[in-house]
Order: sequence, then C-alpha cells, then structure tokens
Amino acid sequence: MREDLRPAPGLRDIFTVFSKIGLTSFGGGLSGWILREVVQRRGWLGEQEFLSGLALAQAFPGVNVVNLAIWIGYRLRGGWGAFAAAAGIVVPPMAVAILLAAAFSEVGHSQRVHVALGGIAAAAVGLSLQTGLRAARHAARGLPRLLILATTFAAIFFWRLPLLWVVGVMAPLSIGLAWLRIRNEAPLP
Amino acid sequence: MNLRLLGDLLAVFAPLSFLTVGGGQSVVADIHRQSVGVHRWMSDAQFLDLFALSRITPGPGSLLVTLVGWQVAGLWGALAASAAIFLPSSVLVYGLARVWSRYSGRPLIRAIESGLAPVAAGMILAASCTVLRAAEGGVWAWSVAALSTLVLMWTRVNPLLMLALGGAVFLAVI
Repeated sequence: MREDLRPAPGLRDIFTVFSKIGLTSFGGGLSGWILREVVQRRGWLGEQEFLSGLALAQAFPGVNVVNLAIWIGYRLRGGWGAFAAAAGIVVPPMAVAILLAAAFSEVGHSQRVHVALGGIAAAAVGLSLQTGLRAARHAARGLPRLLILATTFAAIFFWRLPLLWVVGVMAPLSIGLAWLRIRNEAPLP
Repeated sequence: MNLRLLGDLLAVFAPLSFLTVGGGQSVVADIHRQSVGVHRWMSDAQFLDLFALSRITPGPGSLLVTLVGWQVAGLWGALAASAAIFLPSSVLVYGLARVWSRYSGRPLIRAIESGLAPVAAGMILAASCTVLRAAEGGVWAWSVAALSTLVLMWTRVNPLLMLALGGAVFLAVI
C-alpha cells in the first residue's frame, strides 16, 4: 500500500512530528493539520489511507486526534510506531499543562488572574459551541436525528444525568436507526 | 500519594475514555458534574480556572482531565487521570487498527459513524452550556461566548486571539 511513498520514518521522527503537532495546536482542527504534515508534506501515508484512519478515529471512542495518531503510527511502524505517535501528541502538551497549573497555583490567589481566566473560559466556550453547531448542522438531518440530538442535550444539560447512562441509551438507539436507514438505502447485492 | 484519591480518579475518568465521541469536548459536562457535584473535589470557580487553563494549553482538549487530576492529587493525580482518559480508548483503537482496513466502508461501520454524529453534537453543545452555567460574570460571560462563537464561525481568526480578547474584556469590565 506504500509503494509510491517514501521509506517509513523512524520512531524518533514519528515522535518528533507528533510532538510538534501537539505543542503548536490550539482549539481543535488538529486532523486537518495532521493531514498536511504527514500526508502532504512528508508523504508518509497515502491520502486514502489517512481518510480510512480518520473514519476509524471518529467512529470509535477516544480523543479523535489521539486515535488518528495511533492509526498513523501503527501503519508506519507497527505497535511501537503507534506508541511513539500517541506519546508525541499527548505527553509534551501534558507537561506544558502541568507546568502551567503549577505556575498558576503560585498566582492563583490573585483575583485578577481569576477574572482573566473567567474571560478566557467564556471565549473558549465559543470555540466548543462553534464545533457543536457545525456538528449539529451535519448530524441533524431529518427528524429522528434531530430528536436524538435534542434528547442527548437535554439529558446532559437540563436533567444532569450521568453520561454513562445517556450515551449507553442514545448511542445504540441512534446507531440502530442509522443501520436501518443505511440498509434501506443500500441497493440489493 | 493518596491511593484512595488516585483510585477515585481512575474510576471517574476510565469510563469517560469510552464515552468520548467526536473529540474530547464531548465529556466536559460530565467532568464538571463529577468533579464539582458528585465528588466535591473543587468549586465551580476552580473548575472554570482549570477549564480556561486547559484551553490555553496546546494539544488535545482532554488535558482538562490532567489538570483536574493535578488539583485533586498533585503530580500522581495528573498522571493517573491522564492514563485513565487516554489509555482505555487507545488500547481499543490500537486493537481495531490491526483489522480496520478490512472493515472500512461496511454498512455497520457507516451506521456507527452516522449514528454517533447526532449524539456527539448533543454532547458538545451540552458541554458548552454547562461551562457557561458554571461561569461567573453573568451576562458578560454569555456575551463573550456568543460573540466568540459568531467570530469563529464566520472568520478564520486564530482562536488564541479570541481567548486573549475574552480575558482582556473580563479584566476591563469586571
């Protein structure tokens, strides 16, 4: 599958590239950037293979970009490649987060720092609202899907139910409906 | 090292690892519910501080969990919470990666992809509103959030700039 591509990179290269992606990315949109770095710029992976991995990353639980890193690392260098890629995208930013938290606990009693963080949190809600609205626009075509979306929202936000119950009920229900829809659309073999 | 606290962190976040769909933001509402409500590890105000810190940290948004672990039980807490949120789903996806090419595009896979999409959207929207409900600053918090949403939807401005503006607005008016 990789005949036209460059030779597979070493583990250290994989770790370095994913660290770079992890450390310089803010506020989502990471998948697009991984595509650019790994497929377009370095030619480590074909675009089709990347998209197949993206489908895996989005269909199954876990943080999408970490899942995608595992897929790419695995395709490049097997188990250790998957480990190097996932460690690259998680561990360096994690170290930054811990350093920030430690620095923050030094100044945490300052009311002004707390107020500034409040403003940052409010603006950051814009970031996730935007993602949520885009996702809703794509996902909520048709009444059944709209009802699934609305019920999930209400169960978490208004009724404050544990996520385990909400997803445990809504996900199988929604996947079942999608299965019926796809079966009906599919032409007979 | 407080083993009971580390055990609590693992018990709270490992299940969330399997409930994360469509990116780390989808489970923020439950992280809030568990840390502030169920376990009383912190106040709303402390949660918001950590949420804001996680947004100015690069990398996956789920690093919020690392910060919650840090707040609850220091460095070991941060490591335990991170392992709990990242490892279980990673092991699952690694197992799937080995057989994935064979199943990609099959109806069941398409049903999973398409079926999870509205659930994920509902989770992300609920997470956003949960953070806003916990926010101080009342009408200012809602205004900054709404404005930031509109700007990010219609322009390609760097999100970090919006975060900085949000902080500046709060410093100016509150």
